[in-house]
Amino acid sequence: MRYLHVPRPWYRPVGLLGALAAVLVAGCSGPYPQSTLEPRGDFAAMVDSVFMTTVYLAAVVFVLVEGALLFVLFKFRGKPSDADPKQIHGSTVVEIIWTIIPAVVLAVVAVPTVRTIFATAAVPATSPDGQPPLKVEVVGHQWFWEFRYPDLGITTANELHVPIHRTVDLRMKSADVIHAFWVPQFAGKRDVFPNRETRLWFTAAVTGEFPGACAEFCGTEHARMDFYLMVDSAAAFTAWVDRRHADSTMMYTGAPKHAADSVPLASMDPKVARGKQLFTTKTCVVCHSLSAMNPFKDQIGPNLSGIGTRKMIGAGWLPNTDENLREWIEHTQKVKPDVLMKGLPPISDDEAAALIAYLRTMR
Amino acid sequence: MATAALDPAHATSPKRSVLVDWLTTVDHKKIGILYGASAFIFFLIGGLEAEVIRLQLMKPDTHLVSPEFYNQLFTMHGTTMIFLAVMPISAMFFNFFVPLLIGARDVAFPRLNAMSFWVFLLGGLFINASLLMNAAPNGGWFGYAPLSSRQYSPGVNMDFWALGLQILGIASLAAGVNFFTTILNMRAPGMTLMRMPMFVWSVLVTQVLVLLSFPVITIALVMLTADRNFHASFFSYNVAGGDPMLWQHLFWVFGHPEVYILIMPAFGIVSEILPVFSRKPLFGYSAMVFSMAFIAFLGFGVWSHHMFATGMGPLADSFFSLMTMLIAIPTGVKIFNWIGTLWGGSLQFKTPLYFALGFIAMFIMGGLSGVMHAVAPADLQQTDSYFVVAHFHYVLFGGSIFSLTAGAYYWWPKMFGRMLDEGLGKVHFWLMLIGFNLTFFPMHFVGLLGMPRRIYTYPSGLGFDGYNMASTIGALTLGVGFLVFIYNVIRTWRTGAHAPADPWGGATLEWAIPSPPQEWNFAVEPTVTEKDALWAMKRAAGVKVLPEPPLVSGKGIHLPSPSWWPLFTSFGILIFMVGIMVKGETHGFPFGPISVFGVLLTAFSIFKWSYQPVDHPTSH
Repeated sequence: MRYLHVPRPWYRPVGLLGALAAVLVAGCSGPYPQSTLEPRGDFAAMVDSVFMTTVYLAAVVFVLVEGALLFVLFKFRGKPSDADPKQIHGSTVVEIIWTIIPAVVLAVVAVPTVRTIFATAAVPATSPDGQPPLKVEVVGHQWFWEFRYPDLGITTANELHVPIHRTVDLRMKSADVIHAFWVPQFAGKRDVFPNRETRLWFTAAVTGEFPGACAEFCGTEHARMDFYLMVDSAAAFTAWVDRRHADSTMMYTGAPKHAADSVPLASMDPKVARGKQLFTTKTCVVCHSLSAMNPFKDQIGPNLSGIGTRKMIGAGWLPNTDENLREWIEHTQKVKPDVLMKGLPPISDDEAAALIAYLRTMR
Repeated sequence: MATAALDPAHATSPKRSVLVDWLTTVDHKKIGILYGASAFIFFLIGGLEAEVIRLQLMKPDTHLVSPEFYNQLFTMHGTTMIFLAVMPISAMFFNFFVPLLIGARDVAFPRLNAMSFWVFLLGGLFINASLLMNAAPNGGWFGYAPLSSRQYSPGVNMDFWALGLQILGIASLAAGVNFFTTILNMRAPGMTLMRMPMFVWSVLVTQVLVLLSFPVITIALVMLTADRNFHASFFSYNVAGGDPMLWQHLFWVFGHPEVYILIMPAFGIVSEILPVFSRKPLFGYSAMVFSMAFIAFLGFGVWSHHMFATGMGPLADSFFSLMTMLIAIPTGVKIFNWIGTLWGGSLQFKTPLYFALGFIAMFIMGGLSGVMHAVAPADLQQTDSYFVVAHFHYVLFGGSIFSLTAGAYYWWPKMFGRMLDEGLGKVHFWLMLIGFNLTFFPMHFVGLLGMPRRIYTYPSGLGFDGYNMASTIGALTLGVGFLVFIYNVIRTWRTGAHAPADPWGGATLEWAIPSPPQEWNFAVEPTVTEKDALWAMKRAAGVKVLPEPPLVSGKGIHLPSPSWWPLFTSFGILIFMVGIMVKGETHGFPFGPISVFGVLLTAFSIFKWSYQPVDHPTSH
């Protein structure tokens, strides 16, 4: 595993203790799911390693220089009546020494810096699990994230599924303004632009659900442009891919699958059937696709494939409960002011309940 | 007339009212006070914005202000503190003290100086007027394209920002020319460059930075205004081939020197205060001069360290990483030399020294987190997180504001003739030091724990809550600290002890003349024989404090006459900019009648200004 080859400095445990102490001093308690200090992938681990080098050097410099300052304050305290001290204008030797020392310290920082810059620059050719990297196209929108898997023919939004130990090769763009893609546990930030592709990569070393965020100010709802990275086991990822292909088969061929779409309206649960009709008549369908096999680029609204079982709604910050979904559908502009979902036909509680029943069948 | 001439308040022109006197003044000291008073009010507005921001972030999922208003608040806080607080408070010291420190009677271009102030004030009022219209700039102080384009920011918010900064840029450039010329041409006989007080050096370096960096933002803002109002597309990415990245390069080619424009005067002020209060000359004068010049020079080669996350490639990242690290060397030299100045001194613990020491202690921390940012891979985690918010507040608040406050306590007696209260000053210091660290130190942690900048709220469960609560308590403590300062100022104004000419045992020429100085500064032009000119004079006279200088009649001293035209020119410039905003979208001709009127008023005022005689009406 590549991430295991990242050198773990000897002072690492000391650092964690220090961080822990600081956390306790501040009276704060974890967990810290979005922390940069607990890397869970190779890219973030390399970054963390060079960062901790600077932290320890900085700590030494801090103690020495602030210590010298404090020493001077206590040692050379004078009284107004004191005679003038010796008038010293400088010392060439001393000044040369304290020009050279910082230069040496910086050289110690510079070497791992440049090494890490080059090590993180290019996407590795193969993953630790032996497979070629998984290509994912990331598209930032005001204010949600679209994720496309070109080799798998899948599009989804706000929840990025990746398999453990597989390097993920992100090719990123924006549909509008500049955003920045950030999953701190796995990699640093990378801006996304409307007119150029930027790249980023990482390999996840643990499974789990990890929050990420947009880190570049992008307008009114910048604070609510989060997402989740779902690191699945190899088997779980395959199952997820199959399910996404399954809704799509259902959407395009009508082949019977587990979703409600495969059933004729007449024989459907009447509430679900009403929801299916409302999804069209309330114009949801104009901006949202329920299929992961989405042929359209730069869709206006987030792709809703599997929305029934997603963890969050509203771009990674509201738990996907019926209550939150109802609030979102009925009062979008109250929940998240300024999103594009506005000026739509009003939706009653009944209609919302039907829509939710329908969306819950999207698994 | 002899008595009137002896009283500085009426010396200018007995026939004029106080209001007219201030509106038409070209006296660098009055202009300095005008800068200081306006900038302090803007500083309080910016501080209030920060307090609202902190209250909003005190707890997770708070709805004290709307997301839209929050974005206006942080944009205005940044813009205000940089352009309307730190820069003009520095300008107060430039104006009041550069002529005094170099032994001159005024700046090189006194009326241009008045114009700089009025343009600055009108620009500041213009940007802040947007708050009253609920249309304050909302795209961040960095105004990144394409968010700042008409497409994504359709309101007038970013017009206020672009045009307001353009107005302020005119003020800064005019002042830059003025002080550059003043320092190079108007020094007293014998004051060679290498005998100048360090504060004057810092001003000279600052003005070089202004003159080289402000044209870049001027051009960038012209392009942005053209994009927004005249259908150009420099920074949009449509068929015309613009590029949002171009804005970032232009902005940071200006923006990085700009942060040195904010910190250089702070270096200068501290370099004046430390020797006086340790009764010992500045350690390594030449190294201090050259390190400032070196920092300024390198400051033009590091702009892309603000852009590591844009993915410039490993070569560019390495270059800008290493260039940025280089800056730590001259900065380290400055810090060591300040400590060297204190070493072996006889430290007199007065309020100015407290704040100057606070500056050194806090600036070290800002410098260390700065080196962490220079490490490009680490910066990928830190940029646009609260870690960078912590970093730049340690250098701009812990650095600039601590030093400017030190300067205020140090020079207050000279400016107003009264001593600020020492006890209240020390209360102010401790509240500020504790409040500052409580506000900004936790931001390092919350940033490393993954909290992005510029978010109007955050969910519970990410571990951000406690740190934000601490920051908010700290911000309120800071607010109380400044209330103590305001109380101190009011008390001093009413009942403060009268200041002698040289209350601190000063080393520089301003302490040789009465407090406050008479309009002509020096009745007799001083002659300088070495560095720390006043100390040299005292040594020559064999005394610790020179006898109190007498007030003298200014008869026969040539001073520039007051003028309305700088004020009118400034209004012309403001009206021109307002015209662009009001006109907005145009069909063909880009300028509406308001703009045309603005241009005509500016041209007419400059014409009248050019033909106005420069002599002082009462000096003959």
